[in-house]
Amino acid sequence: MDQLVRADSRRPAGLGRFGEYGGRFVPESLVPACEEVERAFAEAWADPVFHAELHHLLSVYVGRPTPLTPAVRLSAELGITLLLKREDLTHTGSHKINNVLGQALLARRMGKRRLIAETGAGQHGVATATAGALLGLDVTVFMGERDIERQELNVFRMKMLGAEVVPVTAGSRTLKDATSEAFRHWVTVVDDSYYCLGSALGPHPYPWMVRQFQRVIGDEARAQCAGRLSAATPDFVVACVGGGSNAAGTFAGFLDTPARLIGVEAAGGAAIGAGRPGVLHGFRSRVLQDEHGQITEAHSISAGLDYPGVGPEHAYLAETGRATYVTADDAEVVAATHRLARSEGILCALESAHAVAWVLRAAQDGTIPQGSTVVLTLSGRGDKDMATLMELS
Amino acid sequence: MLVPYVTAGATGDWTDLLRAAVDAGADAIEVGLPFSDPTMDGPVIQQASYQALCRGTTVAGVFDEVSRLDLGVPLIAFTYANLVLNRGADAFCSALRDAGMSGLLAPDLPIDEAGPVSAAAERHGVDVVLLASPSTPPARRAEIAKRSQGFVYAVSVMAPTGEQASLRSPGRELVMSLKQHTDLPVVLGFGISGAEQAAAACEYADGVAIGSAVMRRVLAGESPAEIGAMLAGIRRAISLGRA
Ligand SMILES: Cc1ncc(COP(=O)(O)O)c(C=O)c1O
Repeated sequence: MDQLVRADSRRPAGLGRFGEYGGRFVPESLVPACEEVERAFAEAWADPVFHAELHHLLSVYVGRPTPLTPAVRLSAELGITLLLKREDLTHTGSHKINNVLGQALLARRMGKRRLIAETGAGQHGVATATAGALLGLDVTVFMGERDIERQELNVFRMKMLGAEVVPVTAGSRTLKDATSEAFRHWVTVVDDSYYCLGSALGPHPYPWMVRQFQRVIGDEARAQCAGRLSAATPDFVVACVGGGSNAAGTFAGFLDTPARLIGVEAAGGAAIGAGRPGVLHGFRSRVLQDEHGQITEAHSISAGLDYPGVGPEHAYLAETGRATYVTADDAEVVAATHRLARSEGILCALESAHAVAWVLRAAQDGTIPQGSTVVLTLSGRGDKDMATLMELS
Repeated sequence: MLVPYVTAGATGDWTDLLRAAVDAGADAIEVGLPFSDPTMDGPVIQQASYQALCRGTTVAGVFDEVSRLDLGVPLIAFTYANLVLNRGADAFCSALRDAGMSGLLAPDLPIDEAGPVSAAAERHGVDVVLLASPSTPPARRAEIAKRSQGFVYAVSVMAPTGEQASLRSPGRELVMSLKQHTDLPVVLGFGISGAEQAAAACEYADGVAIGSAVMRRVLAGESPAEIGAMLAGIRRAISLGRA
């Protein structure tokens, strides 16, 4: 526990190690670029001027702090106190903006004039396009062809914001292939372009850096709980896990409390639940793969959880038992989306609904005892998923 | 040195390509073990890998096929970290050696991460070929040159694998700096598309690696004999340039 807190509040050991996970498994051509990002981030993170600028943007542009909304009717129905951390209320509609503004400010500080990003659901792409427009940086977003079809609205949003969206036709044509393509492209433009990675994964320093940019979720929620809960900290802290950035940021605020940390993966994309240790996209973690070591496709109704790997810190938190990882399947996620909408008037993203689905199930089967307090990070709003839901109804 | 690259399993007659390469004067061959997510490869080798995987190619299967060949030149596995670590570095290197292959080159295992794999390779008598890039700073170049085995691989351009239309003294500066730190051959790779470029590169490099130019033709349906003829042309150009 002691070691965990230290690892969390400072930085991972060595080349970004979280236990045996993490690292920097990239082509030699990208090693200096990763080192440059690492140096620049460490410097920026220690610089009060950088924090002041980021904090300013988070408050006047993003709309932070986001509220902690009691889910009044659901709480009554479930016999628990359910508090929703409302990342869906941020500008652009998801937690992705927290990380992207941090990285975009860093890119500008490094003298880069262009941002490269990969996107699945499109939320990270929209956030990057937004930050690019705000800070005057060019933006190129790589997106799998299949995700482009599923997330028309977000593709249009990115283009409105001036970003170039590059369709990726290789492999499964989803997030993992878009990520590979973004890496390949980065090699060719490394001098003037910054790779703005969308989750707490990739080569060191990205998992660490992205978690630090997202910990604002957990730190805020912690402070908000302190004023509201008699026990000061909740019994459960729940977040959905794709690459793991919103969960890593949320958990960071509660690592040193007795709260039980629960990450909810998509049943068809459960890198922790069903993956094995492996190396993908520059880091070692738990990865979905076949017996021969070929990466397999993840399947989820939510494009944002369709990634066969998970951030290394989560693999480590799972292994050490500090956090528990569970899954929710497509059907219960859709049901949870409807239930939250009807009982609280909140249309959340399908990704976030994974966390809701687990809470519904766990409160019913007693995994969450009656009377418990639960903080749940609602990572994003559901606008982008309306077409998917319309098809189902 | 002429070091062609062939993606294992991309076509049914891929081992004939190896033989054709040897007959054309290849000094060593890189045998690509296809990986689903090759972050270092451009469209041609991605497509070759994808095709190989669709044909059911596995590492074990490739090792089995290779073990029945007797080609008389070193075969170096070109693959990604996950395929090595999937079996465990020790088991992988042992199987590699048993298949009669002598080297391993994994582009996503930079020196900082290569330690455990290098140690396993050493236990099994497998050479780990390391790559240096134009972006590699001087101190790292020296370390890569010193720790590489078999030869040192100089990546000519800041790009994934693929043919480059024009190369202005590709990688010259990189090759020269690597040579200051090692007696091993320095082989230039990435972007070499034909005899003329190969000959030009061999004015300062000890050899060239040729991948996409080979696999583009293979994917277009050229036969091992045609590939052999192309490689023989490059071999001649290199030798004439040297003469
Ligand atoms: C709304 C939303 N929540 C969650 C995720 C999953 O990402 P992560 O696990 O990195 O937070 C995404 C990814 O696109 C998303 O759009």
